[in-house]
Amino acid sequence: MLGLNKKDMTLLIVVTILTLSAPFILNPFPTDSAMAQFNAGYPDLMQRFAIFGIFAIGFNLLFGLTGYLSFGHAAFLGVGSYSVVWMYKLLDYNVIWGLPLAIVTSGIFALLIGFVSMRRSGIYFSILTLAFAQMSFNLAYSVLTPITNGETGLQVYNNDPQVLMGANEASSPHLFGLVMNSSAKVGVGAWEFTFNNGYYFCGVIAILVFYLSIRIFRSPFGMMLRAIKSNQTRMAYTGLNPRPYTLAAFVISGMYAGLAGGLLASMDPLAGAERMQWTASGEVVLMTILGGAGTLMGPVLGAGFIKYFENIFSKINDTVLHNWFAFLPDGLEDFVVFLIHPFIGKGWHLTLGILFMLVVTFLPGGLVEGGQRIAAMIKRTKEDEDTPAKTEPAE
Amino acid sequence: MGILEVKDVGKRFGGLQALGDVNLSVAENTVHAIIGPNGAGKSTLLNVLVGKLIPDTGSVMFDGQSVLGRKPYEINQMGISRVFQTPEIFIDLSVLENMMIPCFAKRDGSFRMHAIENMHDEKDIVEKAESMLEDMNMADKREMHAGSMSRGDKRRLEIGMCLAQEPRLLLLDEPTAGMARADTNNTIDLLKQIKDERDITIAIIEHDMHVVFSLAERITVLAQGTPLVEDTPENIKGHPKVREAYLGESA
Amino acid sequence: MDAIILQILNGLDKGSAYALIALGLTLIFGTLGVVNFAHGALFMIGAFCAVTLSKLLNLSFETIDPTQTDFLGNPLKVKTPYVIEWFGMDTGSAIIDWAVPLAILFSIPIMICVGFIMERGLIKHFYKREHADQILVTFGLAIVLQEVIKYFYGANPIPTPAPDVFKGSFDFGTMLGFDPNVIIYPYWRLVYFFFSAVVIGGVFAFLQFTTFGMVVRAGMADRETVGLLGINIDKRFTIMFGVAAAVAGLAGVMYAPINSPNYHMGMDFLVLSFVVVVVGGMGSLPGAVLAGFLLGILESFASMNEIKSLIPGIDQIIIYVVAIIILLTRPRGLMGRKGVMEE
Repeated sequence: MLGLNKKDMTLLIVVTILTLSAPFILNPFPTDSAMAQFNAGYPDLMQRFAIFGIFAIGFNLLFGLTGYLSFGHAAFLGVGSYSVVWMYKLLDYNVIWGLPLAIVTSGIFALLIGFVSMRRSGIYFSILTLAFAQMSFNLAYSVLTPITNGETGLQVYNNDPQVLMGANEASSPHLFGLVMNSSAKVGVGAWEFTFNNGYYFCGVIAILVFYLSIRIFRSPFGMMLRAIKSNQTRMAYTGLNPRPYTLAAFVISGMYAGLAGGLLASMDPLAGAERMQWTASGEVVLMTILGGAGTLMGPVLGAGFIKYFENIFSKINDTVLHNWFAFLPDGLEDFVVFLIHPFIGKGWHLTLGILFMLVVTFLPGGLVEGGQRIAAMIKRTKEDEDTPAKTEPAE
Repeated sequence: MGILEVKDVGKRFGGLQALGDVNLSVAENTVHAIIGPNGAGKSTLLNVLVGKLIPDTGSVMFDGQSVLGRKPYEINQMGISRVFQTPEIFIDLSVLENMMIPCFAKRDGSFRMHAIENMHDEKDIVEKAESMLEDMNMADKREMHAGSMSRGDKRRLEIGMCLAQEPRLLLLDEPTAGMARADTNNTIDLLKQIKDERDITIAIIEHDMHVVFSLAERITVLAQGTPLVEDTPENIKGHPKVREAYLGESA
Repeated sequence: MDAIILQILNGLDKGSAYALIALGLTLIFGTLGVVNFAHGALFMIGAFCAVTLSKLLNLSFETIDPTQTDFLGNPLKVKTPYVIEWFGMDTGSAIIDWAVPLAILFSIPIMICVGFIMERGLIKHFYKREHADQILVTFGLAIVLQEVIKYFYGANPIPTPAPDVFKGSFDFGTMLGFDPNVIIYPYWRLVYFFFSAVVIGGVFAFLQFTTFGMVVRAGMADRETVGLLGINIDKRFTIMFGVAAAVAGLAGVMYAPINSPNYHMGMDFLVLSFVVVVVGGMGSLPGAVLAGFLLGILESFASMNEIKSLIPGIDQIIIYVVAIIILLTRPRGLMGRKGVMEE
């Protein structure tokens, strides 16, 4: 169905169901319970899951398939955001104008940067993309201030033209009147679920681009990209020119990033240069690797994982810790809290850094590989129980 | 006029004359072996033929067209395929996918953006790849991870991938280097079969005289960057100059 | 003319920092074949060695001075640094004043230890892995080191002054026959430049004139052959990693008075240092030094008002533009060798 085989279709259906029911799934704890702080079902966070999921899916199309490690993808994120905010300023708050423009401009940007950067590979490619992103960031902060509004960031002002702005039109981003930041709250018993327009808008787009990424993965083009990662020599001696393939992958993945950046500005009508900084590029690298580069689900998992724990960890403070460990004797309690303290709250990045090092060192396939290993282990234990005498033939 | 004409090709690396005035003509639909001691310039010559190196002087014509200055993939699209000393295959892909890639390259040229179609819906490609795998006696391995195969199987797959492109000229760079005797004999049989069944010219660089004399119809002996003699295997065996320069040392 | 000299001088201190970091990066890359994204963090740790020593020296105890009273009439508490108590007023305050130069001695053993631990504990497991993995794991390490420093020292820059003697500026112009106050240059930057020159000279001398250095250079040129000679190259490479860490650390120590250290200064310098290494030629030590100074000076020229009015914003991007042009026209960089990091 839809040009997918059974396994991929199942995956797509599962992802669709999870995305659409996220406001329930991410809110498992009753509102008044002590565990409510672990709920993630509020609009702001759910929007970020979807948007950074898109960003990471796009990054994975480049890095996961071709092995080209770009350290400059945040530049496209920024370009996407600026495009959308400009459309707010010139036309009106309907996101329908800005998002296609975000994809197009980031695509053009990616084509230019990619054309130059793709002339080199390996570490040189990483450094070139890093240099381009850093250059864009510096420019956005300085000379391009008329376009980017420099340090303040780009936003809509009262005296902006907004030529299409109707009399009764909402004064915040919307899609044909569907206002992004409005939500419906539904109380069920002790639970309260929030259904946010913005989240569903991002969620539906995320499902669509996830579907597109499956198609690309399974296409001859996707196979060529994997072949490039595997052996460039054989590629060239099979009469194939790797450069247009990698460039196309770079542009597609830049467009994904532009779309994600545009969606960020669709949720909150702001665009700032810091979105283009290379630490932001680093973040999408972390998400993709942590989840599992080169797999379909990896980047989505990685993005969700990082955004969720970023949010949760920054909320945990010493008081919360003391509550958790209250059962311990006083001295021990203080000691445990003291040990954990550096890793929570503002220390989230420390935890992330350590986690990232551990994953790269011991689990290069990321969370997906971890899941597969655990599954294999369970399967093996089961098989051992079923047929204790049978041994696996050595390969 | 042969399918491959090498005229006065010279190549220098700093102070070293790797190739000097190489003249070579490979006739269509023959097996032509190039032999010579280490450092004779065999690999340099091969790299010139496939576009990896550009010679300082001379010309290389393939089927009436110059190959010089063209990129390896362009030369490959002209009809020259190369088998490497260490098998170069896509180790992260399945065996079937490995075989599909040259089929795509043959059908679609050096680049085509088909990013939405499912690759398994390309029936003609899949069929061709599968029949090629059958020819190579590898049909049972089609879903296997190519990197996990034995060296002999990798070699077999690589040769198959080259043939799937239906090249006019197949270049083999010491295809049996580092192989066990049994694998070597299998490879010889495979190459003999290819030679008999297909319209193809084969140029082979080889150290192993057993391989050379079981396959070659003509032999060029290269020494110190220049061709010493070119003749039939029978004559080469008895040639005093060759015995001195090459066979005498290794025998 | 005077403006040109001034810009060259202004470019020297930044150029020195780039050159020192790039030198260390190249040493590690050339010997170990590892692309170290955590190298900027070593620079930052060096700067924080200076901060730490300055803080340690200012550790004080409180005494009640009965001769003085505060505005309520209570006896005043006076803080006296231990150093002054131990060494007397003159020597003690001189020691505090000279905290940054003293930190050089203090930082060398620390940086070498940090380098050893990094190499033995982490980097050595990545020799055989892909460059992408090396980049990623050292990137993770850089985040960790940065966050650890932030945890202990906070997020704000910590001013760390140079000794009083070096405060103020030096009027270069009068020396060269220009009017006074045309070319003035802070003393400490001059110190920084000479210090860098000495460190760079030291590293080169070490590589050039010692047997150890000879083996390392041979190893950089052809690792396998040196390995075949039965020389334990790995051990030497570990030591080289320590040396590279020390060089980055020293660059950081001395830079502390120029820019108050903060936890992300390493990352800021790292990006530029990578560009420097690439421009200089991956694996070429003289290339790294040359490119460091060249780009430092270019950057300072680009920030001249005359040039900025001609091409707005050029000061922000000049280094990247140069890097991109060089990479595309001379893929191996200014002084790069063939075969280093090519596919």
